[in-house]
Amino acid sequence: MAQTILHKAETRGHANHGWLSSYQSFSFANYYNPERMQFGALRVLNDDTVDAGMGFGKHPHDNMEIISIPLEGDLEHKDSMNNVAVIKNGDIQAMSAGTGIYHSEYNNDRASQVKFLQIWIYPNKRNVEPRYDQLTLNLADRHNKLQQVLSPNPDDAGVWIHQDAWFHLGKFDKGIDTEYTIKKQGNGVYTFVLNGQLEINGQVLNTRDALGIWDTDQFKITALTDAEFLLIDVPMVF
Amino acid sequence: MNQTQILVIGRHPEILQTVVRLVNNNPEWKGTGCLTDQEAISVFDQQVFDLVLLGAGIDESSEDSLCAHFKARKPDIKIVQHYGGGSGLLSAEIYEALKSNQL
Repeated sequence: MAQTILHKAETRGHANHGWLSSYQSFSFANYYNPERMQFGALRVLNDDTVDAGMGFGKHPHDNMEIISIPLEGDLEHKDSMNNVAVIKNGDIQAMSAGTGIYHSEYNNDRASQVKFLQIWIYPNKRNVEPRYDQLTLNLADRHNKLQQVLSPNPDDAGVWIHQDAWFHLGKFDKGIDTEYTIKKQGNGVYTFVLNGQLEINGQVLNTRDALGIWDTDQFKITALTDAEFLLIDVPMVF
Repeated sequence: MNQTQILVIGRHPEILQTVVRLVNNNPEWKGTGCLTDQEAISVFDQQVFDLVLLGAGIDESSEDSLCAHFKARKPDIKIVQHYGGGSGLLSAEIYEALKSNQL
């Protein structure tokens, strides 16, 4: 029988650094909640807003698969592998930190905030060679259907990471529903509502609510209003 | 005040330095960083540690031999593989490690 865990939006951690407002679904930095450490291999889901002209200075990472999904505005990325890129709404960026990288992320726009999701997945292999990947997605491909934006396979749709994880984005009109089949036995799915209202497994989710579901093969998603959402399909044991 | 003594081992000098700096930002913790196995073993044999963080770049055989040495010297030592590299995970990772031994 399916097991679920509900994370209401208002129960997330919150850090306000002035230039950065970060809502944290799981323990991160000064937010420590032993009940909110991870959902399987999903360790970080930060819902960040960066003020105009501000950003994250050069800082290190290692042994983590780091995915950024901009929701509004443009974010400039620079890293120690000499990648310089701007990610914008409609893009997805994946970085395997592996043996270690440095990077910075800035909102170079002097007038507008940047909103983006920062997602960290535990890798299935430590100490891989650091790598960076970025893709511009076709927004029409998620209208009333699920768009795969990440997988473990370099040849599959979307970016890829070192973990048996799959991400899908959906932008559903009110009343649209779909069945999602979990990609791999032993995986669970963390559904994060970007906006609108969804129903999954009898549970109503509002904007920025999340539902984790596991010990099942598939589940039904119904848009109760126009809604956008992200499905994060990850191993529960890794 | 009794500080929690934390040995951090990693192969990336800048990341190691960052992790140790972040550990030491908490007045209840004292971090010591080592880049090599020999250095880590030598330091471990001379000081009393509560926790060992195994950072990036350490191959499996080194991890195994380091863990075996540390456990032989101090059976209750807590040893965890550190993920993230001195990031937002560090504090929670240390709190969790101090609650239970993970290796």
